[in-house]
Amino acid sequence: MSLVMKPVRRKLDVRNGRVDLSHGSGGRAMAHLIADIFHDAFDNDWLRRNDDQASLDALEGRLVMTTDGYVVSPLFFPGGDIGSLSVHGTINDIAMAGATPKYLSASFIIEEGFALADLKRIALSMGDASRAAGVPIVAGDTKVVERGKADGVFISTAGVGVLPDGLSLSSDKARPRDAVLISGSMGDHGVAIMSRRENLEFGVEIMSDSAALHGLTAAMVRAAGDALRVMRDPTRGGLAAALNEIAHQSNVGFMIDEELIPVKPQVAAACEFLGLDPLYVANEGKLMAICASEAADVLLDAMRAHPFGREAALIGHVVEDERNFVEMTTRFGGGRIVDWLSGEQLPRIC
Amino acid sequence: MKYVDEYRDPELAKGVAARIAAEVDSGSSYRFMEFCGGHTHAISRYGVEDMLPKNVAMIHGPGCPVCVLPVGRIDDAIRLASDPRVTLCTYADLMRVPASRGASLLKARAAGADIRMVYSTLDALRIAEAEPAREVVFLAIGFETTTPPTALAIKQAKAKALRNFSVFCNHVLTPIAMRAILAGEEDEATPLDGLVGPAHVSTVIGARPYEFVANEYGKPVVISGFEPLDVMQSILMLVRQINEGRCAVENQYVRAVTRDGNARAQREMDEVFELQESFEWRGLGMVPHSALRLVEAFAEFDAEKRFGIHTVAAADNPACECGAILRGAKKPTDCRLFGSLCTPETPMGSCMVSSEGSCAAHYAYGRFRDRSRARMERAAS
Repeated sequence: MSLVMKPVRRKLDVRNGRVDLSHGSGGRAMAHLIADIFHDAFDNDWLRRNDDQASLDALEGRLVMTTDGYVVSPLFFPGGDIGSLSVHGTINDIAMAGATPKYLSASFIIEEGFALADLKRIALSMGDASRAAGVPIVAGDTKVVERGKADGVFISTAGVGVLPDGLSLSSDKARPRDAVLISGSMGDHGVAIMSRRENLEFGVEIMSDSAALHGLTAAMVRAAGDALRVMRDPTRGGLAAALNEIAHQSNVGFMIDEELIPVKPQVAAACEFLGLDPLYVANEGKLMAICASEAADVLLDAMRAHPFGREAALIGHVVEDERNFVEMTTRFGGGRIVDWLSGEQLPRIC
Repeated sequence: MKYVDEYRDPELAKGVAARIAAEVDSGSSYRFMEFCGGHTHAISRYGVEDMLPKNVAMIHGPGCPVCVLPVGRIDDAIRLASDPRVTLCTYADLMRVPASRGASLLKARAAGADIRMVYSTLDALRIAEAEPAREVVFLAIGFETTTPPTALAIKQAKAKALRNFSVFCNHVLTPIAMRAILAGEEDEATPLDGLVGPAHVSTVIGARPYEFVANEYGKPVVISGFEPLDVMQSILMLVRQINEGRCAVENQYVRAVTRDGNARAQREMDEVFELQESFEWRGLGMVPHSALRLVEAFAEFDAEKRFGIHTVAAADNPACECGAILRGAKKPTDCRLFGSLCTPETPMGSCMVSSEGSCAAHYAYGRFRDRSRARMERAAS
């Protein structure tokens, strides 16, 4: 029998505990935090090896890589939280290239004093999202900063995916007469966030659309192949920003029809109340696609056959325009520009 | 959206557009000023101008509270917010309005001033209650629409004996501004034929305060709602008055506006505010009796008294045409800064800041029409 006493490892008090600076110190407390919160939630072979990196088998095809930071407030919102959002967002960035996402990494910057219960809830949500998507989180990092130097928790995720040979989607590929399609209603995520951030209650719950879209994009690539030119998830800045970016990158214009753009009645009503335009409001589970006009029907059918594309709609066309304007026929029957957003969308005074 | 979509029905719009086209006299021109930025926004956003005959022109007026606030008052607000004791609460549009020397509330906040965006006066009141060690100043701005809530907040602050709440009052009055525009009109090249009056202001003050426009200046007024069909119907009502040789104040917004308005809101305003002798408007200069200040009984909540604010007039950028644009004497495109040095990202003048400002509305929604029209005119010639 050994005379050296082995210290008893006490589980983190997740229910009542808070993150403190020792959890980011690189010592035992940090090891416990990682084991009890992140490894439990993300559990997979790569993480179980406890290395500073993940060794991955070589992937066939061209690699696609992306990284994104998540600083959303509030951290929990109807239809999701910062954890699932950080998984979905990075998967979608890869999926918009037509690629298959394979691996994710996650980096946490946590504010001293953050409740361990909330951290656990976020980690479990990330684990669930990554398992549901079939894209494991294979590497990670944790930092703790002093109180006041962060807003609860910030998450950065990076992702790697593979692109099938021959597929090349890019924002400079839109051509006049191409069709513009979207996968569903606009503005749900931004309004869901705002309803919590501003403590506005609208009588009906508006849910974020946060979702991983790689299943939908794979079906679209299968259906349209080369006829697919651009895919883009209209996140910050909404559909308006995505269209304006593509107009400049492809040196074209757009002519879209407001009547054809789905917006949920409760989202439209909330935007009306706040003086916002749903075309500028963020989405996290929707995409916009541009394809050769002759492939539009086939692509639309493929989108509508997928659970995340049931409300897919053709909303307009690419046009020749050296000014790169996004023009819209309004529901009212007039015409207007859908311009870049200036600064952030601000509610009007009266 | 029940009660909203009805006023955006494209079939009804076509019908009203056809009536306007049928009733205008092709040999005449009709110049109507929509006083309020809310109307400018609706006209631009829904493309109402596309549906009007060529000889009906809409002139964008000064009715945007952000646009008419002079530089000196924004300088005051920035100075106030820079006081380390002060938390300045304001509506969001104001944050980007240019002040002297390229300053703005947004830049002041980035430099460390405690400036918070609020949605209502009551939010500011709540902050004052929650943070008794801070001097919470509400930057009050707006026409008669936003004045009653400010009055209520001041009364509540008094009832709760809040010592750390005050109001920097910049409330201005619509009919007086309309008189200033009409009085200065002799100097402008093309006179107005009628005015579209703001319905939300009239829900408070009623339609009666505009009767002088018809009686003294001989111009018809239609009090109009803010939905695109409201505006189109109001234009039709103005066309009819002119064609019939009539001149009266008519009320298109019968669903909420009466001749005498909301007596209770008016009482609340009268209890808390009184007329200032004179107040500077961007574009209109000093206008007598055009703004409000707190009455003596509520003086303890007057930020100007509490912090000793003495506004120093500051000049607009000399190349900026906001003044003439606010009076309807010039169009946004007549300003050589428009769309080049002055854009929504880098506003030089106030008209480019608020989405209700003439220049911002034209830049965001209407500027493609200028080129399309120019092209069409070139093709026709």
